[in-house]
Amino acid sequence: MNDTTWIEWLVAALILIGSVFALIGSIGLLKLPDFFMRLHGPTKATTLGVGALVIGSLIHFSTKGDGLSMHELLITIFLFITAPTSANLMAQAAMHLQLKRVKQTKGEPWQQ
Amino acid sequence: MMRPRAFLPHPWLSLFLLIVWQLIMNDLGAGTLIMGAVTAWLIPLMTNPFWPNPPTLHKPLVLFRFTCTVLLDIVTANIEVAKLILGPSRVLRPAFVEYPLELTNDFAISVLASTVSLTPGTVSSDISDDRKTLLIHGLDVADAQELIDNIKQRYENPLKEVFECSTT
Amino acid sequence: MLHYVILVCLGIMSLATILNMVRLVIGPDMPDRVLALDTLYINAIALIILFGLYLDSDLFFEAALLIAVMGFVGTVAVSRYLLRGDIIE
Repeated sequence: MNDTTWIEWLVAALILIGSVFALIGSIGLLKLPDFFMRLHGPTKATTLGVGALVIGSLIHFSTKGDGLSMHELLITIFLFITAPTSANLMAQAAMHLQLKRVKQTKGEPWQQ
Repeated sequence: MMRPRAFLPHPWLSLFLLIVWQLIMNDLGAGTLIMGAVTAWLIPLMTNPFWPNPPTLHKPLVLFRFTCTVLLDIVTANIEVAKLILGPSRVLRPAFVEYPLELTNDFAISVLASTVSLTPGTVSSDISDDRKTLLIHGLDVADAQELIDNIKQRYENPLKEVFECSTT
Repeated sequence: MLHYVILVCLGIMSLATILNMVRLVIGPDMPDRVLALDTLYINAIALIILFGLYLDSDLFFEAALLIAVMGFVGTVAVSRYLLRGDIIE
Protein backbone atom coordinates (compact mmCIF):
# COMPACT_ATOMS: atom_id res chain seq x y z
CA MET A 1 0.00 0.00 0.00
CA ASN A 2 2.78 2.35 0.96
CA ASP A 3 4.55 1.49 -2.26
CA THR A 4 1.63 2.45 -4.51
CA THR A 5 1.14 5.84 -2.85
CA TRP A 6 4.82 6.59 -3.38
CA ILE A 7 4.48 5.87 -7.11
CA GLU A 8 1.32 7.94 -7.23
CA TRP A 9 3.19 10.93 -5.79
CA LEU A 10 5.98 10.47 -8.34
CA VAL A 11 3.51 10.34 -11.25
CA ALA A 12 1.65 13.37 -9.92
CA ALA A 13 4.88 15.36 -9.58
CA LEU A 14 6.04 14.43 -13.09
CA ILE A 15 2.81 15.37 -14.84
CA LEU A 16 2.57 18.61 -12.83
CA ILE A 17 6.14 19.56 -13.79
CA GLY A 18 5.43 18.65 -17.42
CA SER A 19 2.28 20.76 -17.59
CA VAL A 20 3.98 23.74 -15.97
CA PHE A 21 6.85 23.57 -18.47
CA ALA A 22 4.42 23.36 -21.39
CA LEU A 23 2.58 26.38 -19.98
CA ILE A 24 5.86 28.31 -19.67
CA GLY A 25 6.62 27.50 -23.31
CA SER A 26 3.25 28.88 -24.34
CA ILE A 27 3.72 31.98 -22.19
CA GLY A 28 7.05 32.53 -23.94
CA LEU A 29 5.31 32.16 -27.28
CA LEU A 30 2.87 34.89 -26.33
CA LYS A 31 5.13 37.24 -24.43
CA LEU A 32 8.54 37.49 -26.10
CA PRO A 33 8.94 40.43 -28.48
CA ASP A 34 10.22 38.98 -31.77
CA PHE A 35 9.93 35.77 -33.77
CA PHE A 36 13.44 34.45 -33.23
CA MET A 37 13.05 34.77 -29.47
CA ARG A 38 9.62 33.18 -29.57
CA LEU A 39 11.19 30.19 -31.27
CA HIS A 40 12.97 29.29 -28.02
CA GLY A 41 9.88 28.64 -25.94
CA PRO A 42 8.22 25.86 -27.94
CA THR A 43 11.42 24.09 -29.01
CA LYS A 44 12.72 23.67 -25.49
CA ALA A 45 10.18 24.16 -22.73
CA THR A 46 7.26 22.48 -24.48
CA THR A 47 9.33 19.53 -25.66
CA LEU A 48 10.66 18.88 -22.15
CA GLY A 49 7.15 19.37 -20.76
CA VAL A 50 5.69 16.68 -22.99
CA GLY A 51 8.72 14.49 -22.19
CA ALA A 52 8.08 14.70 -18.44
CA LEU A 53 4.36 14.08 -18.97
CA VAL A 54 5.03 11.00 -21.09
CA ILE A 55 7.44 9.58 -18.51
CA GLY A 56 4.84 10.10 -15.80
CA SER A 57 2.20 8.32 -17.88
CA LEU A 58 4.70 5.53 -18.64
CA ILE A 59 5.38 4.94 -14.93
CA HIS A 60 1.66 4.95 -14.22
CA PHE A 61 0.83 2.33 -16.85
CA SER A 62 3.89 0.20 -16.09
CA THR A 63 3.03 -0.14 -12.42
CA LYS A 64 -0.65 -0.92 -12.96
CA GLY A 65 0.07 -4.64 -12.95
CA ASP A 66 -0.09 -5.79 -16.57
CA GLY A 67 3.58 -5.61 -17.35
CA LEU A 68 6.02 -3.04 -18.57
CA SER A 69 4.59 -0.55 -21.08
CA MET A 70 7.31 1.40 -22.80
CA HIS A 71 5.72 2.42 -26.08
CA GLU A 72 4.86 5.94 -24.97
CA LEU A 73 8.58 6.60 -24.92
CA LEU A 74 8.31 6.70 -28.74
CA ILE A 75 6.44 10.01 -28.58
CA THR A 76 9.26 11.54 -26.57
CA ILE A 77 11.97 10.18 -28.87
CA PHE A 78 10.06 11.40 -31.91
CA LEU A 79 9.53 14.88 -30.46
CA PHE A 80 13.16 15.19 -29.47
CA ILE A 81 14.23 14.32 -33.01
CA THR A 82 11.70 16.51 -34.83
CA ALA A 83 11.58 19.65 -32.66
CA PRO A 84 15.04 20.96 -33.69
CA THR A 85 14.32 20.16 -37.33
CA SER A 86 11.09 22.10 -37.45
CA ALA A 87 12.65 24.97 -35.46
CA ASN A 88 15.48 25.13 -37.96
CA LEU A 89 13.09 25.19 -40.93
CA MET A 90 10.92 27.88 -39.37
CA ALA A 91 13.99 30.00 -38.60
CA GLN A 92 15.10 29.67 -42.23
CA ALA A 93 11.66 30.68 -43.44
CA ALA A 94 11.67 33.69 -41.10
CA MET A 95 15.11 34.77 -42.30
CA HIS A 96 14.01 34.37 -45.88
CA LEU A 97 11.03 36.63 -45.25
CA GLN A 98 13.32 39.07 -43.36
CA LEU A 99 11.15 39.45 -40.29
CA LYS A 100 12.06 42.36 -38.08
CA ARG A 101 14.07 41.73 -34.94
CA VAL A 102 14.20 43.63 -31.67
CA LYS A 103 16.75 46.43 -31.63
CA GLN A 104 19.13 44.97 -29.09
CA THR A 105 19.81 41.89 -31.22
CA LYS A 106 23.52 41.59 -31.88
CA GLY A 107 24.80 40.11 -35.11
CA GLU A 108 23.02 39.79 -38.42
CA PRO A 109 21.48 36.82 -40.17
CA TRP A 110 23.33 36.40 -43.43
CA GLN A 111 21.79 36.45 -46.87
CA GLN A 112 22.69 33.66 -49.23
CA MET B 1 30.83 -14.73 -49.13
CA MET B 2 29.35 -11.23 -49.08
CA ARG B 3 31.22 -8.44 -47.41
CA PRO B 4 29.55 -7.53 -44.10
CA ARG B 5 29.01 -3.98 -45.35
CA ALA B 6 26.92 -5.19 -48.29
CA PHE B 7 24.96 -7.63 -46.21
CA LEU B 8 24.14 -5.25 -43.36
CA PRO B 9 24.82 -1.71 -44.62
CA HIS B 10 23.88 0.21 -41.48
CA PRO B 11 24.15 -1.93 -38.36
CA TRP B 12 23.33 0.92 -35.97
CA LEU B 13 20.30 2.00 -38.00
CA SER B 14 19.13 -1.63 -37.93
CA LEU B 15 19.49 -1.77 -34.16
CA PHE B 16 17.58 1.50 -33.80
CA LEU B 17 14.78 0.24 -36.08
CA LEU B 18 14.54 -2.99 -34.07
CA ILE B 19 14.22 -1.05 -30.81
CA VAL B 20 11.55 1.24 -32.29
CA TRP B 21 9.66 -1.80 -33.62
CA GLN B 22 9.71 -3.44 -30.19
CA LEU B 23 8.48 -0.20 -28.62
CA ILE B 24 5.61 0.09 -31.09
CA MET B 25 4.53 -3.53 -30.64
CA ASN B 26 4.99 -3.33 -26.85
CA ASP B 27 5.45 -7.09 -26.70
CA LEU B 28 8.43 -9.40 -26.39
CA GLY B 29 7.12 -12.54 -28.15
CA ALA B 30 9.25 -14.56 -30.57
CA GLY B 31 6.99 -13.65 -33.52
CA THR B 32 7.33 -9.89 -33.12
CA LEU B 33 11.05 -10.24 -32.53
CA ILE B 34 11.59 -12.19 -35.77
CA MET B 35 9.35 -9.81 -37.77
CA GLY B 36 11.24 -6.87 -36.27
CA ALA B 37 14.61 -8.40 -37.13
CA VAL B 38 13.53 -8.99 -40.75
CA THR B 39 12.21 -5.41 -41.03
CA ALA B 40 15.33 -3.97 -39.43
CA TRP B 41 17.44 -5.89 -41.94
CA LEU B 42 15.37 -5.11 -45.06
CA ILE B 43 14.69 -1.39 -44.60
CA PRO B 44 18.37 -0.27 -44.46
CA LEU B 45 19.10 -2.58 -47.40
CA MET B 46 16.35 -1.00 -49.50
CA THR B 47 17.07 2.60 -48.48
CA ASN B 48 20.82 2.22 -48.95
CA PRO B 49 20.94 4.51 -52.05
CA PHE B 50 19.56 7.40 -49.99
CA TRP B 51 22.53 7.33 -47.61
CA PRO B 52 25.47 8.31 -49.80
CA ASN B 53 28.11 8.65 -47.08
CA PRO B 54 26.99 6.91 -43.92
CA PRO B 55 28.65 7.98 -40.69
CA THR B 56 30.97 5.52 -39.06
CA LEU B 57 30.61 5.08 -35.35
CA HIS B 58 34.03 4.78 -33.77
CA LYS B 59 33.39 4.91 -30.07
CA PRO B 60 29.91 3.86 -28.96
CA LEU B 61 30.84 4.39 -25.30
CA VAL B 62 31.69 8.05 -25.89
CA LEU B 63 28.35 8.42 -27.70
CA PHE B 64 26.57 6.95 -24.69
CA ARG B 65 28.31 9.38 -22.33
CA PHE B 66 27.53 12.23 -24.73
CA THR B 67 23.83 11.27 -24.71
CA CYS B 68 23.77 11.32 -20.92
CA THR B 69 25.42 14.78 -20.78
CA VAL B 70 22.96 16.10 -23.35
CA LEU B 71 19.93 14.75 -21.46
CA LEU B 72 21.14 16.37 -18.23
CA ASP B 73 21.90 19.61 -20.08
CA ILE B 74 18.40 19.63 -21.60
CA VAL B 75 16.89 19.62 -18.11
CA THR B 76 19.17 22.34 -16.69
CA ALA B 77 18.92 24.46 -19.85
CA ASN B 78 15.15 24.28 -19.72
CA ILE B 79 15.05 25.56 -16.17
CA GLU B 80 17.27 28.45 -17.27
CA VAL B 81 15.12 29.22 -20.32
CA ALA B 82 11.99 29.07 -18.14
CA LYS B 83 13.54 31.68 -15.82
CA LEU B 84 14.47 33.88 -18.78
CA ILE B 85 10.95 33.64 -20.21
CA LEU B 86 9.25 34.46 -16.93
CA GLY B 87 11.62 37.34 -16.17
CA PRO B 88 11.34 40.75 -17.83
CA SER B 89 12.05 40.52 -21.55
CA ARG B 90 13.67 43.97 -21.73
CA VAL B 91 16.92 42.77 -20.18
CA LEU B 92 17.39 39.85 -22.59
CA ARG B 93 20.34 40.07 -24.95
CA PRO B 94 19.40 38.10 -28.08
CA ALA B 95 22.15 37.62 -30.63
CA PHE B 96 23.01 35.85 -33.86
CA VAL B 97 26.30 34.00 -33.49
CA GLU B 98 28.26 32.46 -36.34
CA TYR B 99 29.72 29.19 -35.17
CA PRO B 100 32.71 27.82 -37.12
CA LEU B 101 32.20 24.09 -37.68
CA GLU B 102 35.00 21.57 -37.49
CA LEU B 103 32.84 18.53 -38.22
CA THR B 104 32.63 17.49 -41.86
CA ASN B 105 30.20 14.58 -41.88
CA ASP B 106 26.63 15.63 -42.68
CA PHE B 107 25.07 13.35 -40.10
CA ALA B 108 27.43 14.55 -37.38
CA ILE B 109 26.62 18.18 -38.25
CA SER B 110 22.89 17.53 -38.02
CA VAL B 111 23.36 15.82 -34.64
CA LEU B 112 25.31 18.86 -33.43
CA ALA B 113 22.67 21.26 -34.77
CA SER B 114 19.89 19.34 -33.01
CA THR B 115 21.86 19.31 -29.77
CA VAL B 116 22.44 23.04 -30.00
CA SER B 117 18.73 23.60 -30.59
CA LEU B 118 17.71 21.47 -27.62
CA THR B 119 20.24 22.79 -25.12
CA PRO B 120 21.33 26.08 -23.63
CA GLY B 121 19.12 28.94 -24.78
CA THR B 122 20.20 28.62 -28.42
CA VAL B 123 18.52 27.57 -31.65
CA SER B 124 20.52 26.66 -34.72
CA SER B 125 18.97 28.60 -37.57
CA ASP B 126 20.94 28.00 -40.71
CA ILE B 127 24.03 26.43 -42.22
CA SER B 128 26.21 28.09 -44.83
CA ASP B 129 26.34 26.58 -48.30
CA ASP B 130 29.89 25.32 -47.86
CA ARG B 131 28.94 23.63 -44.59
CA LYS B 132 31.58 25.43 -42.57
CA THR B 133 29.50 27.83 -40.49
CA LEU B 134 26.40 27.34 -38.39
CA LEU B 135 24.19 30.33 -37.63
CA ILE B 136 22.95 30.19 -34.05
CA HIS B 137 20.38 32.44 -32.41
CA GLY B 138 20.82 32.82 -28.67
CA LEU B 139 18.11 34.06 -26.34
CA ASP B 140 20.46 35.70 -23.84
CA VAL B 141 24.10 35.89 -24.93
CA ALA B 142 26.53 37.73 -22.67
CA ASP B 143 29.65 36.84 -24.64
CA ALA B 144 29.58 35.24 -28.08
CA GLN B 145 33.09 33.82 -27.88
CA GLU B 146 32.31 32.14 -24.57
CA LEU B 147 29.22 30.53 -26.10
CA ILE B 148 31.26 29.24 -29.04
CA ASP B 149 33.95 27.80 -26.76
CA ASN B 150 31.36 26.20 -24.55
CA ILE B 151 29.60 24.45 -27.45
CA LYS B 152 32.94 23.44 -28.92
CA GLN B 153 34.31 21.66 -25.89
CA ARG B 154 31.01 20.33 -24.57
CA TYR B 155 29.37 18.99 -27.71
CA GLU B 156 31.55 19.20 -30.79
CA ASN B 157 34.68 17.53 -29.42
CA PRO B 158 32.88 14.36 -28.23
CA LEU B 159 31.01 14.19 -31.54
CA LYS B 160 34.28 14.53 -33.44
CA GLU B 161 35.67 11.68 -31.41
CA VAL B 162 32.62 9.53 -32.09
CA PHE B 163 32.08 10.08 -35.80
CA GLU B 164 35.42 10.96 -37.28
CA CYS B 165 38.78 9.24 -37.17
CA SER B 166 41.25 11.04 -34.95
CA THR B 167 44.21 9.72 -36.93
CA THR B 168 44.93 13.03 -38.62
CA MET C 1 -5.18 12.15 -5.19
CA LEU C 2 -3.82 11.56 -8.69
CA HIS C 3 -7.30 12.22 -10.02
CA TYR C 4 -7.28 15.83 -8.79
CA VAL C 5 -3.71 16.44 -9.97
CA ILE C 6 -4.71 15.27 -13.47
CA LEU C 7 -7.68 17.65 -13.42
CA VAL C 8 -5.41 20.55 -12.42
CA CYS C 9 -2.94 19.61 -15.19
CA LEU C 10 -5.77 19.48 -17.73
CA GLY C 11 -6.64 23.02 -16.65
CA ILE C 12 -3.04 24.19 -17.04
CA MET C 13 -2.74 22.64 -20.49
CA SER C 14 -6.03 24.20 -21.58
CA LEU C 15 -4.69 27.58 -20.51
CA ALA C 16 -1.54 26.92 -22.56
CA THR C 17 -3.69 26.02 -25.56
CA ILE C 18 -5.66 29.26 -25.20
CA LEU C 19 -2.40 31.25 -25.13
CA ASN C 20 -1.37 29.48 -28.35
CA MET C 21 -4.68 30.36 -29.96
CA VAL C 22 -4.13 34.03 -29.07
CA ARG C 23 -0.73 33.98 -30.77
CA LEU C 24 -2.28 32.15 -33.73
CA VAL C 25 -4.83 34.95 -34.16
CA ILE C 26 -2.66 38.02 -33.50
CA GLY C 27 0.66 36.65 -34.89
CA PRO C 28 1.89 39.48 -37.09
CA ASP C 29 3.62 37.30 -39.69
CA MET C 30 3.21 33.91 -41.28
CA PRO C 31 6.08 32.15 -39.41
CA ASP C 32 4.53 33.24 -36.11
CA ARG C 33 1.35 31.45 -37.03
CA VAL C 34 3.23 28.34 -38.12
CA LEU C 35 5.09 28.35 -34.81
CA ALA C 36 1.81 28.76 -32.93
CA LEU C 37 0.35 25.78 -34.80
CA ASP C 38 3.49 23.76 -34.05
CA THR C 39 3.17 24.48 -30.33
CA LEU C 40 -0.54 23.83 -30.52
CA TYR C 41 -0.10 20.28 -31.77
CA ILE C 42 2.53 19.52 -29.13
CA ASN C 43 0.12 20.78 -26.49
CA ALA C 44 -2.62 18.65 -28.04
CA ILE C 45 -0.38 15.60 -27.57
CA ALA C 46 0.05 16.55 -23.90
CA LEU C 47 -3.72 16.96 -23.52
CA ILE C 48 -4.39 13.56 -25.09
CA ILE C 49 -1.84 11.84 -22.83
CA LEU C 50 -3.42 13.51 -19.81
CA PHE C 51 -6.87 12.44 -20.95
CA GLY C 52 -5.62 8.87 -21.33
CA LEU C 53 -4.32 9.02 -17.76
CA TYR C 54 -7.65 10.43 -16.61
CA LEU C 55 -9.63 7.59 -18.18
CA ASP C 56 -6.91 5.10 -17.18
CA SER C 57 -6.79 3.82 -20.76
CA ASP C 58 -3.81 2.91 -22.90
CA LEU C 59 -5.69 3.40 -26.16
CA PHE C 60 -4.92 7.08 -26.61
CA PHE C 61 -1.24 6.44 -27.28
CA GLU C 62 -1.84 5.79 -30.98
CA ALA C 63 -3.75 9.03 -31.38
CA ALA C 64 -0.93 10.98 -29.71
CA LEU C 65 1.73 9.35 -31.89
CA LEU C 66 -0.28 10.03 -35.05
CA ILE C 67 -0.72 13.69 -34.12
CA ALA C 68 3.04 13.93 -33.51
CA VAL C 69 3.84 12.49 -36.95
CA MET C 70 1.20 14.48 -38.85
CA GLY C 71 2.01 17.71 -37.05
CA PHE C 72 5.67 17.43 -37.92
CA VAL C 73 4.89 16.77 -41.57
CA GLY C 74 2.53 19.75 -41.62
CA THR C 75 5.06 22.11 -40.06
CA VAL C 76 7.78 21.03 -42.48
CA ALA C 77 5.47 21.38 -45.48
CA VAL C 78 4.31 24.90 -44.56
CA SER C 79 7.86 26.04 -43.71
CA ARG C 80 9.10 24.70 -47.05
CA TYR C 81 6.31 26.57 -48.76
CA LEU C 82 7.25 29.83 -47.05
CA LEU C 83 10.91 29.25 -47.81
CA ARG C 84 10.72 28.31 -51.49
CA GLY C 85 7.15 28.96 -52.60
CA ASP C 86 6.94 25.27 -53.41
CA ILE C 87 6.75 22.10 -51.32
CA ILE C 88 8.30 19.51 -53.59
CA GLU C 89 10.86 20.76 -56.05
